[in-house]
Amino acid sequence: MGDTIDVKKITNNNANKNSIARLFLKNLKKDKLALVGVVILAIFFVIGAFSQHLAPFDPSQRHYNEEGMIKRLEPPSKEHWFGTTDIGRDIFSQVILGTSTALMVGLLASFLVTFIGSTLGIISGYFGGAVDTIIMRVVDLFYAIPFIPFVIVLSAVLKPSIWNVILAVSLLSWRTVTRLVRSQVLSVAQRPFIKAARVSGAGHGRIMIKYILPNVIPIILLEMAFNINSAIMAEASIAFLGFGDPTKQSWGQVLHINFISGNSRNAWWWVAPPGIAIILLLVSVFFVSRALEEVVDPRLRRR
Amino acid sequence: MLLMIILVSTLIFFMFRAMPGEPTAFVVDPSMPPEARQVLIERYGLNGSLWDQYKVFIKDLLQFDFGNSFFYGKPVMQIIADRIPATLILMLAGMVFAYVIGIFGGALMAWKRGHKLESAGITIALIFRSAPTFWVALMSIILFSVRLKWFPAQGMRTSGYEGESFREIFMNLDFLKHLILPSLVAGLYFIATPLLIMRNSMLEVMSEDYIEMAKAKGLREKTILYKHAARNALLPVVTAGALFLGSAIGGMVLLEVVFSWPGLGREIVQAVTRHDYPLAQGSFIIMSSLMMIMNLVADILYAVLDPRISYK
Repeated sequence: MGDTIDVKKITNNNANKNSIARLFLKNLKKDKLALVGVVILAIFFVIGAFSQHLAPFDPSQRHYNEEGMIKRLEPPSKEHWFGTTDIGRDIFSQVILGTSTALMVGLLASFLVTFIGSTLGIISGYFGGAVDTIIMRVVDLFYAIPFIPFVIVLSAVLKPSIWNVILAVSLLSWRTVTRLVRSQVLSVAQRPFIKAARVSGAGHGRIMIKYILPNVIPIILLEMAFNINSAIMAEASIAFLGFGDPTKQSWGQVLHINFISGNSRNAWWWVAPPGIAIILLLVSVFFVSRALEEVVDPRLRRR
Repeated sequence: MLLMIILVSTLIFFMFRAMPGEPTAFVVDPSMPPEARQVLIERYGLNGSLWDQYKVFIKDLLQFDFGNSFFYGKPVMQIIADRIPATLILMLAGMVFAYVIGIFGGALMAWKRGHKLESAGITIALIFRSAPTFWVALMSIILFSVRLKWFPAQGMRTSGYEGESFREIFMNLDFLKHLILPSLVAGLYFIATPLLIMRNSMLEVMSEDYIEMAKAKGLREKTILYKHAARNALLPVVTAGALFLGSAIGGMVLLEVVFSWPGLGREIVQAVTRHDYPLAQGSFIIMSSLMMIMNLVADILYAVLDPRISYK
């Protein structure tokens, strides 16, 4: 792969979001995997956005055959692409509707996580001293909390709903972002232009938002992309264990119902689709975020 | 570290107390006769303020007393002690599997950089990292237990078996047969970490002068790969492993549920669904302590293995 790094462009617009987008697009032409990722991701977004219209049936509707019998555990057919469940529900529709849940949880939770994480990281790295120590000790504390068990306990305390899942994921994932952003801010805060800003009378808030934030935006964006995956995975796990939102269709829940109804051994068409959907979505997000990483960190570009 | 455990326990204490409903229901079994309940309520200071309850809770915690499980009617600590070996064995078996393959595979991938093998390895690692563990577990049961009938699908021993001592339960062939499939799935989930870290660190090591030197001496490629390069590249893999092991404790929950593996993770899920709060609380605190211990081990390993790093 060709290696033409436009050094001037990077240094000039380093802080500019536009340039990240432009570089990213440029990179896409070279990196086929990233292109595949973007395409798959786009398809998922379309499915997620129009899931209500794309799903051929109501996910809780029971289907009957000509003789008026419930279609129990039917393998995939023309009418039901992914077959039916033990009480004659259409699996394809459930998987389609699960897409929007996965995307919503992934995007919202990762946004919340990066927002909390980078705010605390910037504050911690910028002020240093006691503020820094306290925030980092809290981060240490959160590192000692096992993720899945915590989410299970939290969803037992709160009512099972999609918002509580998002809350639980956000409560625990901000720790990594804070650490990373803080270490970046520590080096940015030492640079001369920060001192210049302080001398010319800029307040703390102004320095943090106008001068430091733009310099850490790339790493924040990157973390956001990585967090989408962990959030989607967490949601699926919680739903699989049966602590998810019972009113929302989700991939984890499809597998949960499959598992507790005791059909995980005989109905492969019921087990496979949600898992494959998760893999496809996560791998495509990974490819895209890796391409983003290459744009953000020129050292990682391929030779 | 003790302080951290107390802090985490405090967090969980207040989380449980923040639940809607009658607070006594979380500590004292609601199905008990009223007189017995009254005794226990006084024992845990539940008629007192939140602060009083907290004091009793911390005092019990320091004596490893988490109260009695509602469901089993036994002390929580005893149940947890029964469950821990199963979880640890499963985790270690998965870890060994992942590390043996990950380290050799990672070294080979770096050695044959640009080869098809490299991209194949990365893709496999990526897919198994992106696939939910419980789904891989379900699929492997369908394939290996139902279709091929190679391994039993669930439990730790053939059903109906009741072992008493540690030796009786874990030291025999039947257990080993039950262990293979779950640890394989766990290993597949773990494998991305050692594989990719090993590859990256090998790439770094291979650009060093002494490898060039070894090549110049005319040593065989295998000797250079395993004796000279891989040894030094192992360092970050080992430390990352300890750290990862800590975070994997939580992830074992899902595997244990799918394979009906009688470990700590399955216990916490069942405790929460049965509203067995003392047990849920106790297992959570133990899990988080295990995680802290692993984090500490990672730190110590770091310093021991790499003399360049020292702690002030």
